[in-house]
Amino acid sequence: MLNITSILFYAFSIVLLGAATMVVIARNPVYATLYLVLAFFSAAAIFLLLGAEFLGLILILVYVGAVMVLFLFVVMMLDINLARLKEGFLSYLPLGLAIAALGVLELAMVYWTAPMGHIPAPAPFPGNYDNTRALGYVLYTQYLYPFEIAAAILLVAIIAAIALTLRRRSGTKSQRTEEQLRVQAKDRVHLVDLRANKH
Amino acid sequence: MNIQTLQDHFWWPVLWSVLKILVVVVPLLLAVAYLTLAERKVIGYIQVRLGPNRVGIKGSLQPIADAIKLLFKEIIIPSSANRFLFLAAPVLAFVPAMLVWAAIPFGPGMAISNMNAGLLYVLAIAGLGVYGIIVAGWASNSKYAFLGAMRAAAQLVAYEIAMGFALVGVLMVAQTLDLSKIVEAQAGGGFWSWYWLPLFPFFLIYFISGVAETNRAPFDVAEGESEIVAGFHVEYSGMAFALFFLAEYANMIFVSILTAILFLGGWYPPINLPPFTWVPGTAWLIAKTAFLLFVFLWIRATFPRYRYDQIMRLGWKVFIPVTIAWIVVIGIALETPLRVLLR
Amino acid sequence: MTDITAHWTLALPEIWVLSMACVTLLADLFFAEKLRDIAAVLTGLTLLGAAVLTFMLMGQRGTAFAGMFIADPFANVINLFSYLAVFLVVIYSGRYLRERGLYRGEVFVLLLFALLGVMIMASGGNLLTIYLGLELLALSQYALVAMYRDSLMATEAGLKYFVLGALASGLLLYGMSLLYGLTGSLDVRDIAAGLVNVTGANLVLVFAMVFITAGIAFKLGAAPFHMWLPDVYQGAPTAITLFLASAPKLGAFALIIRLLVDGSYGVMAVWQQIFIVLAIASLVVGNVIAIAQGNIKRMLAYSTVGHVGFLALGVLAGTLNGLASALFYTVVYVLMSLAGFGMILLLTRADFEAERIDDFKGLARRKPWYAAMMLIIMFSMAGVPPTVGFYAKLAVFQAVIEAGYVWVAVIGVLLAVIGAFYYLRVIKVMYFDAPEDAAPEIARDDVAAAFMSVNSVALLILGILPGPLMAFCIYALQGVI
Repeated sequence: MLNITSILFYAFSIVLLGAATMVVIARNPVYATLYLVLAFFSAAAIFLLLGAEFLGLILILVYVGAVMVLFLFVVMMLDINLARLKEGFLSYLPLGLAIAALGVLELAMVYWTAPMGHIPAPAPFPGNYDNTRALGYVLYTQYLYPFEIAAAILLVAIIAAIALTLRRRSGTKSQRTEEQLRVQAKDRVHLVDLRANKH
Repeated sequence: MNIQTLQDHFWWPVLWSVLKILVVVVPLLLAVAYLTLAERKVIGYIQVRLGPNRVGIKGSLQPIADAIKLLFKEIIIPSSANRFLFLAAPVLAFVPAMLVWAAIPFGPGMAISNMNAGLLYVLAIAGLGVYGIIVAGWASNSKYAFLGAMRAAAQLVAYEIAMGFALVGVLMVAQTLDLSKIVEAQAGGGFWSWYWLPLFPFFLIYFISGVAETNRAPFDVAEGESEIVAGFHVEYSGMAFALFFLAEYANMIFVSILTAILFLGGWYPPINLPPFTWVPGTAWLIAKTAFLLFVFLWIRATFPRYRYDQIMRLGWKVFIPVTIAWIVVIGIALETPLRVLLR
Repeated sequence: MTDITAHWTLALPEIWVLSMACVTLLADLFFAEKLRDIAAVLTGLTLLGAAVLTFMLMGQRGTAFAGMFIADPFANVINLFSYLAVFLVVIYSGRYLRERGLYRGEVFVLLLFALLGVMIMASGGNLLTIYLGLELLALSQYALVAMYRDSLMATEAGLKYFVLGALASGLLLYGMSLLYGLTGSLDVRDIAAGLVNVTGANLVLVFAMVFITAGIAFKLGAAPFHMWLPDVYQGAPTAITLFLASAPKLGAFALIIRLLVDGSYGVMAVWQQIFIVLAIASLVVGNVIAIAQGNIKRMLAYSTVGHVGFLALGVLAGTLNGLASALFYTVVYVLMSLAGFGMILLLTRADFEAERIDDFKGLARRKPWYAAMMLIIMFSMAGVPPTVGFYAKLAVFQAVIEAGYVWVAVIGVLLAVIGAFYYLRVIKVMYFDAPEDAAPEIARDDVAAAFMSVNSVALLILGILPGPLMAFCIYALQGVI
């Protein structure tokens, strides 16, 4: 018997799959990006339905709220002619489909042969279960070491991004804020004592 | 049909939710309408003039007149605009502005949805409003609109980080993401036990970032009517324009009420003694929100507009370092006997 | 729940390197204007301190952080050689970087983070940490390659490396996920235990091993996953190429040990077959294509592919001797390529890259000692006795024959002989050709030259007395198998 939760689950799943397909086949890159946003959003909704509210909301906060905004930002600025990029699409399609089919096949085999196929459904959560707290607890105990490494990777990403893009070019007319802030009244206003001319 | 059989019905949860949503959204839209009037009146008095005073008693029907005017105006779609996205953009801006209200508690347990990650929810949903602006700027196919959208996107991303860090500080002290519990954690004495005092830098930064997030003066470079005409909504008219307008003002109210909840003790009276305790909690919350909204207008009437690079500088180089530093301070304080000051 | 902080001191070298990388970053930001060398000096101090810590912990076995971190002699040995490699990179590349405006704190900080990535891989006890260590290394490498923004080739190389590297990470991750699906665990020892019940004919296992080995092969630069290597080695600034050819190879070897030996030794038959293909393909590609190269960086890149082939020979033997000889080969390869690319660096000037083989013409007349060092290096790479390159190849072939793959060893010997040709060509050019008129004066760089001398002479001495190093490699791997 379908209850509202399952109806919603299937609805969001269909939207997710549809949006993901449209990301690949949309002609306009801006549309593709917006479909990707929709896909993330549906995935977040599915997370919420499954009781993983922290993951779902973080997905919206990080990917939809920040990453995709920058994506859209860049895609709108660039003049991409996707039609030209996709010229070889049909000729590569059979190969791509074959690889995709292989991947699906493998996953199915793993599912049937491995313990994953026989893992029982998780026990229902106790009433005061707090997803965020549980996740935080595991992250800072069992997964402390990988968590710190991930932090180091993000630091490297910041350093790399800044080192690769920050180049001071001469001749640009940008504001030098630090010089503006350092300015004092005596640098700007020079009081000269002028005597009035006598006739 | 009595109420019990109604509650057993399959559709009852849906109906109940719709009722709750209406109870929140209808007063909200009315508040938005009268906020516009309040804005014009307050700024009018600050600038020593009267403001609108022709429609109704002392101009009290002015928002209704404005609404009717906007409803009957034609929505002009520029010939080279992307028609679908052009019309979708106002909706993309308006819907998140309404959605965030689902988690706002108006009193103990009085919210559309009492979720236990409410703080995360409002932060996540509030960040979605930017899509309306970007899409509007792009779909208009106009350079002013596009410039405005770019400015808005960069500004929102920058200030969202500072805002998020400020909220991290709150949740460190409150130890919960549940908005009701955050308010309850501020109970006790009176205004001195609210979070604005121990988290003063966060309080300031959150509110200022809120002003920037809603694209209000002095951070209104996305509209910048004197430099890029009206920014992202330059091509919009009629109801499409009105939706942007509604979203902006609803967001203002949202930022104010969230500041009241997180830093100003929510529905608790400033002093826990009669006669303050006779006033219902929700009234206190509304009063605090109204005060913060007044501050919004006050700021607009007082400060000149920031230059774009100054906005970026303030966000990235001042607010983010300050919030990070204060998070460290709070973290240390929580691990030492100083925590009695925070609880 | 056990105390997560138990035995955290085992990870002291990692913690030290991470902290010092952050200190270097900040110190460079505030003091670089007055103390130009501060980042390089701090990097040296970091390596020294890490070496001291590793020596103090030498030989200790244990796990920390809920099994995510393994401390054993293997990790210690890999770490020590990585410190040495990065130290030599810093010494050799200083002048080159200064002359090109690349002598910036970020380069050294990224080197330290890359080193940290190698260290994390070397002691990774969990697929998660191994993968994160790999990404930390890879991300630092992409940035380092692209750092020379004034060079179009470097930027292109960086982009190419990034795209293909991401693909390789994807392959590796896919293999890891299949392995997880098979055994239900991310922990390397649990996987090893879980694979006991999996038969070799299991198709999922084969797929998992293929994907994981392909990912490793890419990181090592084994054919047919070597496409990125010549372009990146040639395009990257020589100082960075020097680094790419050193510590990361030790990291890739650690990947083999942790994923295939620690995790999947029980199903060795599966990955052994793949390694035979990799080894032969690499030997052919590396030794044959290198002949046609006129650019010495590109030639050394193909030579790297060839060396990886020899290394893979040692791995496919799968015995303690085989793996120890492979580790020996890796260490020797690192020493040789440090010396080889170091020599190119010695000859460069501010506006002269010295990366054509023709730039070495008549070196014997211009700088006899430099030519002599290059002679040793080339002999060692070609595997001419009494250099260490000969002994390394010999040890690998012995292990392969012991394991019963005589035909593979025969192919390897044949290709080693073919490969000797292009190394000898460099020597011919140095000793028998007249110097080009346009060749600029060779710059004075006493410190680098002194270390280069030690490095080259070490290739000779290790070739005469390989015993201690070999014993060290066997000591490292004894606990693993």
